[in-house]
Amino acid sequence: MPNNDALVLYKAAHIDTDLNDPNTAHLTISHDKVISSQSLPGLNVIPKEIKDGVDIKIVLEENTVIKNPVHMCFGMLKKEGVQRIILDIDIKAGASIFIIAHCIFPNAIKVRHLMDGKIKVGEHASYTYLEKHIHADSGGVEVVPKARVMLSDYARFKTDFELLRGRVGKLDLDYETTCLAHSVMEMTAKINGSGDDIIKIRESALLEGEGARGVLTSRVALRQNAQAEIFNKLIATAPFARGHVDCKEIVQDKAIASAVPIVEVRDPKAHVTHEAAIGSVDSKQLQTLMARGLSEEEAVELIIQGLLS
Amino acid sequence: MSVLTLKNISLTLNDKKILYDVNLEFLSGKIHALVGPNGAGKSSLAFTIMGLEGYRKFEGDIIFNGESLKDKSIDQRAKLGITLAWQEPARYEGLTVEKFLKAAYSPEKGLKPEEALIRSGLQPDRYLKRAVDKTLSGGERKKVELASILAMMPEIVMLDEPDSGIDVESLERIFDAIKVLKKKGSTVILITHSLKVLEHAEDAFLLCCGRLMEKGSGRGMCKYFKGKCIPCNHQNVPEANDAK
Repeated sequence: MPNNDALVLYKAAHIDTDLNDPNTAHLTISHDKVISSQSLPGLNVIPKEIKDGVDIKIVLEENTVIKNPVHMCFGMLKKEGVQRIILDIDIKAGASIFIIAHCIFPNAIKVRHLMDGKIKVGEHASYTYLEKHIHADSGGVEVVPKARVMLSDYARFKTDFELLRGRVGKLDLDYETTCLAHSVMEMTAKINGSGDDIIKIRESALLEGEGARGVLTSRVALRQNAQAEIFNKLIATAPFARGHVDCKEIVQDKAIASAVPIVEVRDPKAHVTHEAAIGSVDSKQLQTLMARGLSEEEAVELIIQGLLS
Repeated sequence: MSVLTLKNISLTLNDKKILYDVNLEFLSGKIHALVGPNGAGKSSLAFTIMGLEGYRKFEGDIIFNGESLKDKSIDQRAKLGITLAWQEPARYEGLTVEKFLKAAYSPEKGLKPEEALIRSGLQPDRYLKRAVDKTLSGGERKKVELASILAMMPEIVMLDEPDSGIDVESLERIFDAIKVLKKKGSTVILITHSLKVLEHAEDAFLLCCGRLMEKGSGRGMCKYFKGKCIPCNHQNVPEANDAK
């Protein structure tokens, strides 16, 4: 029976009903305690409590396909403290899994959430990781997710980072992926910054296998005094590797945004492209909505909602 | 009865005079056309009426239902009942057709988003959840924009080149939608250089090089436009005495 902390976290993430399903795996961590978990055949989740956090080893056995999303709740209801999550994920050949990580810090005034991930996706395996954050409105959270990802031949990896509620606080995201032959990688970050939020995103991928493909996408909207620095790097070193970097940032008020897309090709048969757009809301988009009767503020809000959806 | 009156409108953009003392009256509930070759100033006139960025400083006055629009913002003009459909509609990453139409929807006057889509020639089950972005063709976006106007049902609507990027069959749907607007009492201004579109107008005004050259019925203007403007080989510079 989950304790009170777990129930609060489930409710915040809207997953309380999902977790009653015996075919849905989950793991709930409140600060440095494992408070509930459920596994499934072929999915081995071994959490070990450490100082200020939990070290988790996840192994998905060969050819195991987990149909329902696996929910991982990393929360902290305290106002202050550090939560350290160490993830070692091994998706064996031919296996498939979709993990939703709910990172919930609704009362944070001075909370640090550190995540160090090592992820290996085997041949023909598929790993999707959706990270959904719920923060306090005060912005008193520092989130530092780091991951090193290795994709074997024909592996697929997709990750999305979203902030659903509250202010970002400080975010320092650092993902690095190596893609072997014919593997496919998609990394997306969508973030809405305000107040004095500081956002740093570093996503890089090395397309080193023939026919490897990758897309790095960033969508950031900034208001007030928020700052964002997006660093996307895509290197293709093998024939027929294909990559694209796509960064859009909308800036309002006194916010500051920068984007550094680096694309590098070391094989004449590889192809990598990039596009980056930083600035205010597109005037035609804005004026069209205003011509339908929306105020400027309503129109901007709708455009940003779309961009971050 | 005049719903919109333009009084001596002159407009200069980047030190170039675009409109010269344009005087026009648009009658309530009628379909009008602003016709003229490329560069005549048709779109500039529409942008001035809508109050778009860069088109707010002009000489003269625009009177809508007895009220000057001169100091009104775009959304204030829209709330009074004026709107514009662009020749090349905007694209919105991630914004669904449904949300786009709901933003324009007026429950008192407008068609519901689903019905507005159908009237514009698009099937709601195929389009409501799609984004108004580059995955839609130019023609599809044009129809979505028209649907947003049917959802809004403004008192006066300016459609800039409604046939551009539209195939023949879809064009008929657009004319049907224009009939719906008229039936609901909207005043329509078609901005065009197409004879096919001009034929649907009851009243038409010919602009050339920023000057009003001729007024007449839509069909009458077709003959004039076809005879005098289409073969025009002097870049449509009007003789000073021709300008009305």
